Amino acid sequence: MHLYAIFALPFLGALAAALLPSERFRPLLIPAVGLLHAYYSLRLAFAPQPYPPDAMLGLDALGRLILLVVSLLFAASSLYAVGYFRTHPTWGNRIFIVCLLVFLGAMSLAAAARNFGLLWVAVEATTVISAPLIYFNRNRLSIEATWKYLLICSVGIALAMLGLMFVAYAGLQAGQGPGLQIDRMLAEAGLLSKPWLRTGFVFLLVGFGTKMGLAPLHTWKPDAYGEAPGLVGALLAGGLTSVSLLAVLRALQIMTAAGEDILARQFLLILGILSLIFAAIFVIRQRDIKRMLAYSSVEHMGILAVGLAVGKLAAYGAMFHVMNNALTKGALFMCAGNIHRYFGSKRMCETRGAAAALPWSATLFLIGFLAITGSPPFGPFISQLTIIRGIFDGGNVLLGIGFPFLLLIIFIGMSTTVMPVVLAPAEADPSPGEGAKETWLTVLSPLLLMSAVLVLGLSLPEPLRRLFQEAADLIEVGP
Amino acid sequence: MPIPINEILVAVILLNFFILGTSRLGTCIMAVASQGILLALLPPLVHGVNGHSVLLSVGALSIKGVVIPWLLFRAIRRVRIRREVEPRIGYIASLLLSALITTAAFLFADRLPLLPLHIHSFFIPVALSTLGAGFLLLITRRKAITQVLGYLVFENGIFIFGILLVEAMPLMVEAGVLLDMLVAIFVMGIVMNHINREFSTINTEHLSLLKE
Repeated sequence: MHLYAIFALPFLGALAAALLPSERFRPLLIPAVGLLHAYYSLRLAFAPQPYPPDAMLGLDALGRLILLVVSLLFAASSLYAVGYFRTHPTWGNRIFIVCLLVFLGAMSLAAAARNFGLLWVAVEATTVISAPLIYFNRNRLSIEATWKYLLICSVGIALAMLGLMFVAYAGLQAGQGPGLQIDRMLAEAGLLSKPWLRTGFVFLLVGFGTKMGLAPLHTWKPDAYGEAPGLVGALLAGGLTSVSLLAVLRALQIMTAAGEDILARQFLLILGILSLIFAAIFVIRQRDIKRMLAYSSVEHMGILAVGLAVGKLAAYGAMFHVMNNALTKGALFMCAGNIHRYFGSKRMCETRGAAAALPWSATLFLIGFLAITGSPPFGPFISQLTIIRGIFDGGNVLLGIGFPFLLLIIFIGMSTTVMPVVLAPAEADPSPGEGAKETWLTVLSPLLLMSAVLVLGLSLPEPLRRLFQEAADLIEVGP
Repeated sequence: MPIPINEILVAVILLNFFILGTSRLGTCIMAVASQGILLALLPPLVHGVNGHSVLLSVGALSIKGVVIPWLLFRAIRRVRIRREVEPRIGYIASLLLSALITTAAFLFADRLPLLPLHIHSFFIPVALSTLGAGFLLLITRRKAITQVLGYLVFENGIFIFGILLVEAMPLMVEAGVLLDMLVAIFVMGIVMNHINREFSTINTEHLSLLKE
């Protein structure tokens, strides 16, 4: 029953938002849906429910993990959304809120899909429905970002569909019963025709990798994250990337079950390392704080891909890192949004000395930066360390040295932008921006997220650890 | 009466060339729509008349053949443009490229490990060459609307391949795919309108403010 609640809630909420005439009360629907959704997701995440073998919907460990991540992030940012619309009481918010809630529903659907076709439909739906969210500021820059996002991601997702068809053709050729039901595909993966399966995997990886933002398919990312409101950036960088990762994981699962995991891992490793290199190049001298966060997101998708490629302990680290990345990125984008709104700019030179004007947001931004770059004692430190240990366990010394080295470069690159923004003395004559001060609502969300990241780093709750382990084990199930 | 499957597929390829070679947007939209209608006829012809193939056919016919062309015609009326000018690669060159792609697709398809049923059938090469034509449109045209048409031709290519797999796909998924595509085109239409309002043109080369 709870399973249906996680789709029914957002869609009913969206319907209510479309019908409710009051611009003032409509934003309250977001936390109402978000908190209830989080309640059901928490219950689902730690109490696995069996589902029939031919089910369209059902939650395995991977699905539960991604659902939990998306839901927690959305619940925390829903408070921010209320604060955001309070500072802009005159802006029309009907389309935005309807899209936001449908977006949550589509992500939940993707997490629970047991049919690869349904998963594809849900991921494509997230692309289309998030386009109006990115365009919310309605100016030249945001329309450009929206167009690039829509076109590049639609073509990427179309390629994923092609990959899916190749995998289905591999099944036809093996003479097995038709179908894209994931459990059955996994059970019969050994019979699949290898050439079609391999080609299919490449297309799936390229398609969903575009959506994840793995380099060199990430070109839409800095534009979209840069121009979207902070709230949307948080949900894209934390939620949508995790859902796209889930789609890649499903493809990886099938490859592993077919005994083709070596090839799959090589591809993942190449894209992962490329992402780290691209992020390291572009994050240095990046003057725009939101674009900097976008390249950091490319970096973390790279970390996840490397972790999955290495496998075993590193795969566990990657599962842990999915949650760390989502929560920390969420907090960072919301703080960046606060800074952006106060100064009316997101350029480094115009937002100097944020600490004096926005003590909470600037401090949380700094803490979030330290956390995401892997400083102790936060969660990402533990998960990145686990991935590095996994790399050395696998005996790949070159990667074991190169990987932390790239992380270090990105840390230095980001700090040259973050430090002046937060700590430099304020300009004598600050540029007249919108001047929207931070409110307790717009600060509470990042504060909650960062506290969660701190708890994850200090002592990981046992049920969560088990969930990460179960999710990591699912990827490693061989033929 | 022999079933005219191969004739339909040949017509699809000819339409690819036609779309790549014409500069009038209205004609282009009509050509993409007729391509969609031709493809919509295929599922019942290939798999026989049953509930699944007929529903797919009706869905594709109404969405690819009617609703999307109507949306696109409305979009070009609003932004008042009729022609694609100055593609990045000229018309003759894109026709030649497309001919190359089609030849390569036919040569390549013979080497693929296909089911005995599909060896020497036109489906795979036509799907590949339509994908190629769509991709060519996407990357060589400057107007937002022609890029959308490229996306549609690309989707048509995927649809052709998908016809071989009709039985492998649950109807719900196919319905979802078509619906997603429809909404995507709808949103693209709106965005196009806004591009036109902001820049007074829908040439995408003006979309170059965001870069490193």
